[in-house]
Amino acid sequence: MRIPGSAPELPDASGHFGPYGGRFVPEALIAALNQLEQAHAEAQRDPAFLAELDGLLTNYAGRPTPLTEAKRFAESIGRGARVFLKREDLAHTGSHKVNNVLGQALLTKKMGKKRVIAETGAGQHGVATATAAALFGFDCTVYMGEEDTRRQALNVARMRLLGAEVIPVTTGTKTLKDATNEAFRDWVANVETTHYAIGSVVGPHPFPMLVRDFQRIIGVEARAQILDRTGELPQAVVACVGGGSNAMGLFHRFITDESVALVGCEAGGDGVETGRHAAPLTAGTPGVLHGARSYLMQDDDGQTLDTTSISAGLDYPGVGPEHSWLRDEGRATYTGVTDADAMAALATLAKTEGILCAIETAHAFAGATQWVRAQEDDGQTVIINCSGRGDKDVDTAARWFGLVSQEDIKKASDERAAAE
Amino acid sequence: MTRLDDLFATCRAENRAALIGYLPVGFPSYEESVAAMIAMVEGGVDAVEVGVPYTDPGMDGPLIQVAVDQALRKGIRVSQVFDAVEAVSAHAPTVVMGYWNPIEKLTPAVFAQKLKAAGGSGAITPDLIPEEAEPWLEAAREHDLDPVFLVAPSSTDDRIAAVGRTNRGFIYVASTMGVTGTRATVGNRAEELVRRTRELTDLPLCVGLGVSNGEQAAEVAAYADGVIVGSAFVQALQDEGVDAVRRLAQDLAAGVRRRA
Repeated sequence: MRIPGSAPELPDASGHFGPYGGRFVPEALIAALNQLEQAHAEAQRDPAFLAELDGLLTNYAGRPTPLTEAKRFAESIGRGARVFLKREDLAHTGSHKVNNVLGQALLTKKMGKKRVIAETGAGQHGVATATAAALFGFDCTVYMGEEDTRRQALNVARMRLLGAEVIPVTTGTKTLKDATNEAFRDWVANVETTHYAIGSVVGPHPFPMLVRDFQRIIGVEARAQILDRTGELPQAVVACVGGGSNAMGLFHRFITDESVALVGCEAGGDGVETGRHAAPLTAGTPGVLHGARSYLMQDDDGQTLDTTSISAGLDYPGVGPEHSWLRDEGRATYTGVTDADAMAALATLAKTEGILCAIETAHAFAGATQWVRAQEDDGQTVIINCSGRGDKDVDTAARWFGLVSQEDIKKASDERAAAE
Repeated sequence: MTRLDDLFATCRAENRAALIGYLPVGFPSYEESVAAMIAMVEGGVDAVEVGVPYTDPGMDGPLIQVAVDQALRKGIRVSQVFDAVEAVSAHAPTVVMGYWNPIEKLTPAVFAQKLKAAGGSGAITPDLIPEEAEPWLEAAREHDLDPVFLVAPSSTDDRIAAVGRTNRGFIYVASTMGVTGTRATVGNRAEELVRRTRELTDLPLCVGLGVSNGEQAAEVAAYADGVIVGSAFVQALQDEGVDAVRRLAQDLAAGVRRRA
């Protein structure tokens, strides 16, 4: 019997998750999407492909990642909770993004293409793509909003060290949304030689399915690890949601485990009630953006709205179509976590566990804390996807917490400018 | 028969290609955009492609994106697109060029009803493919509007044939793999694609992407039923205003009559 709200067999043959997903792209891209869909389907049945991917994940990316019990962080939540962290921050390149990129790099090779392009917000996907391109010997171009190149300058330098060309995008909002537009434009013009390695479970079919399939290992490992450790399934699995790839990666294996709550934490920015946020599943409406139908932040004319979040990786007006489906089915719940709550959780995690997570990831820690405290019963066990490490965010965090004075910052930047 | 069918019949009788000109509503202002569209017709454009401003125009190059961004920042609304269609349709047939989300948001039925009421003949939908278009096709049928999908150099024969069955009015033939913008040459992939498409449909074939002057228009008119020009009009309007739009239309109109 199918459990209500569970349908791991989705999407259907035309790429739909109920009313969501599909393909809303220029005709010029259809041939490439068909080619990719076919290559992915063949690869999933090809033992040699799967063995090569498995070898890369094990010997290059460092999988399986550990499941770490966070006892002191759990104490900070209270209520007798047990908290386990799925340590994607320990994967090579410092986030879960590497899982997807290694899979797509193998597909790129299989399709005979020699150039990859990517969009990036926080830079984690850009770094992962640049890494895989270096490993496979591909040319690599990464599109990044100009505002994000400023707030994530460290990752820009990392990508360039890895040999990628980073193009700052100055159109529109100058963030992830417009970086994605530019990547699509590049792809339309160069599709015969270039693979667009989309970084999340977004975009036209087959991307939401394909990226999910490559990220699904997070939940597969976590489920086996928690059963091994506690002998039981957790009460909840929690992850941050921008486009939603780390969340879908964790959730997917648990969809048919009816007792496990799937909790997605969107960027609540200044507070969902202020309108200044990036929480389409919490406060948006269905529409079409970047090739798929999904929840979206849009106005009455269907124009995409500007978003607000301290986190460059979550600062995006759309979300993956499978999340929209899980939301409507009632199988997953989504909540907006404010900048302030996320930053407080980041500090708590650092001080209780010695783990400095990415600001994106911190939204999941704040959301898990709120979820545990909202339950009637004590003693809940939750798995939080610790999706990325926070080295890239030290500058932003230092400013937020006032750990360096404005004068220090100005002095340092003046010195840098003088040195240049 | 829509006005577009009449237009292509007339052009065939005159042994020339049709000239279709694009401008987005609201750039540089609502009034100037409508004045420029009318000037385009006075200069010799046969049909006007009225652009619906959209925040994320994935098939447009930087020139049109910046123009549309400016229109949106000044507060242009989708409702004003219908006002523009009404004003311009008094002078020439119009089709809107609209990305899908604003149409879906208004609902296909309401969009079609308003477009028809304003005197529009149809809609080009650059990010909608026939497989996703059932609600739009139903609304277009009900209001006797021409749905116009695109074919691209990468389209398979099966897909071209499907577009041939779905479209009415004409087929938008994308000359190159790429986004809108002026190009030094239109390239020979357009001619090859027109030849391939011609074998699979009887609909008029209009080539867009990259045409910016009379010489290129003549070159394309030699093998196509229509020539679509967008970015060059936006550039002319931006640099020199409405009179430059009229002059460009005159140059292009002479081109489609040369069939070089």
